[in-house]
Amino acid sequence: MTIGSIDAWWWPYAFVLIAGWAMTYPWRAFGVFLGGRLRDDAEILVLVRSIATALVAAVVGNLICFPAGPAADTTLALRLAAALAGFAAYFFIGRKILIGIIVAEAVFGLGFYLGY
Amino acid sequence: MSSTPDPVDLDEHAPSFPERRKWFLIGASKAVSVPGIILCTAHVGFAGLAQEAGISMGLAVFMVLAIWALPGMVVLLGAVLSGAGLLAAAFAVALSSVRLTPMVVALVPEMRGPRTRRLTLYLLAHFVAVTSWVIAMETLRKVPRELRTSYYFGLGSILVLINMVVVALVYAVAPALPPAVVAGLFLLTPMYFLTSLWGSARETATYVAMLFGLVLGPLLHFVAPGFDLLGAGLLGGGIAYAVHLMQARRA
Repeated sequence: MTIGSIDAWWWPYAFVLIAGWAMTYPWRAFGVFLGGRLRDDAEILVLVRSIATALVAAVVGNLICFPAGPAADTTLALRLAAALAGFAAYFFIGRKILIGIIVAEAVFGLGFYLGY
Repeated sequence: MSSTPDPVDLDEHAPSFPERRKWFLIGASKAVSVPGIILCTAHVGFAGLAQEAGISMGLAVFMVLAIWALPGMVVLLGAVLSGAGLLAAAFAVALSSVRLTPMVVALVPEMRGPRTRRLTLYLLAHFVAVTSWVIAMETLRKVPRELRTSYYFGLGSILVLINMVVVALVYAVAPALPPAVVAGLFLLTPMYFLTSLWGSARETATYVAMLFGLVLGPLLHFVAPGFDLLGAGLLGGGIAYAVHLMQARRA
């Protein structure tokens, strides 16, 4: 069953409610329930953070390798170069997220105009 | 465990409505800040991706309201894009959102006053995501304890509202934008996550997980589309945890 399975206006909303809200809110409620009972340096949380990080990183990797829309017309080399330049700028210039974003966009914009 | 409020708190009067409103507004004003602006750019990126994925404006705005956690939103979008079914998508979103639990656990003692009802905390928990959490952890101690829930309600709800508007605006103006700008939007989300994941990492395992996830995602996309995110998350996360365990043994 996918987001396009049922041809009704409400189905995509139900899909988001089930696969989105119902998969996120309970984790928040569980946090209230636990109150101060779970320390945030608990060992199990290292595994939890690792899986969540790898998952989001996988999304990032897919976005860079297989973008949709006008970005799909650019070369993989340009997208990789822009992301790497942005990350390097973030890493070496004060660890500011905005700097990383600006540099990546600048490199990407320049390459886009040059036809890469 | 919190049943013995401290004596100072007992002397406090119950806050009046104008007081609550005042602190709600102070909280709301914190939504306009550097972390708030960065969150907006990330939502601009999300809106661009959602639009390319064929998601309607209403549904994208609904995702912001219902999920309110960018990783979860982007993972759900990624799952939809790679044709994943409801179960696989739900499982991936659930895995990406476990981290919300320890965040709430850390926030609750900061936010709770002696008279705070459990229900209030359950309602406010919906607003917990990285940005509001970071702002709250930094500023809550300067807010009178009885009014912290009002303050956080202002901060959290206004952040959600602003970003729902941002997503709708992107949908509205995107058709008028030059292709170069639309193409550039796609980079916002990857850059936001690359830098914020790296910045919030606490242990080596997180860096290892990041690197494996970045590589495994696209690789598995060829081998097992529809299972690429889950596979990369479980495999990359598992490898990272194994590295963590080996490190601990050596230490």
